[in-house]
Amino acid sequence: MRGESQVHVKEIVFRVIAGGVFVTAFSIVGDLLKPKSFAGLFGAAPSIALATIALTVIENGKTYASLEARSMILGSIAFCLYAYLVSRLLIRRRLPALATTASLIVVWFTVAFGLWYAVLGRS
Amino acid sequence: MKIKIDTTGLRESKWYEYAVRFAFGGTVTALTGVIARHFGPAIGGLFLAFPAILPATATLIEKHETETKQKAGKMGVASGRRAAGVDAAGAAMGCFGLLVFAVIVWKALPASSLALVLIAATIAWLVTAVSVWIIREKIWRAIARKLHATYRVRSVTRNPQSSAHTRTR
Repeated sequence: MRGESQVHVKEIVFRVIAGGVFVTAFSIVGDLLKPKSFAGLFGAAPSIALATIALTVIENGKTYASLEARSMILGSIAFCLYAYLVSRLLIRRRLPALATTASLIVVWFTVAFGLWYAVLGRS
Repeated sequence: MKIKIDTTGLRESKWYEYAVRFAFGGTVTALTGVIARHFGPAIGGLFLAFPAILPATATLIEKHETETKQKAGKMGVASGRRAAGVDAAGAAMGCFGLLVFAVIVWKALPASSLALVLIAATIAWLVTAVSVWIIREKIWRAIARKLHATYRVRSVTRNPQSSAHTRTR
């Protein structure tokens, strides 16, 4: 039991480091590029996926990781809508960036879980 | 619009701003694992496309752009928010690449090598995201040119004297 919880802690620490490294690396690449709309492409880089898929395959196998990737399709559709709405509100209404990006996270959750329910939830 | 490498963005960023991004990314990645463990891969997988970096990036871009404009003696807040919005528009285009990445991993992973699938999916992400950006830029410019030409034709037919005056100037 204790050994199992130690494995979980190790796994979480590994995920924090790997996720942090990938996200920071992509954000540095984004900071180096101009124009801003092109640099923004790196805001939607598969950083979390690259950090976790290898570990998931090692722990749970390829089929499990493949099922995660299937759900990732729905998550990316939600991300697209979220980023589009954020951009419209910031460009047209000039709302504060932090308040806009934080409050619109609700959109990501609603669309992602709505799609999950509609597409995968009933199967 | 030409794509170029500019290091001023890096010089403007402070070390703690990267620490914030590191913390955001690390936390979301760890949470993804915990969620997948408790609720299964179908729910956990949704979080592989969670907008982990966008809120931090947009806030920092707004701050940097506002500071730059204020140093030049301008108000800058609206400009900073617009710059953050343009970056978010880029992220929306990048999501098409993210979707292609997910499709490739979903379809190819069960029967292929992990390293090969991740390399192919990452290349496909980059190619798709850049292609969407280029297409959007070209279409946007073509529409802008057309609108500009239509506006000029209309203004010439409505007020030929003023346009002739403008042209001679």
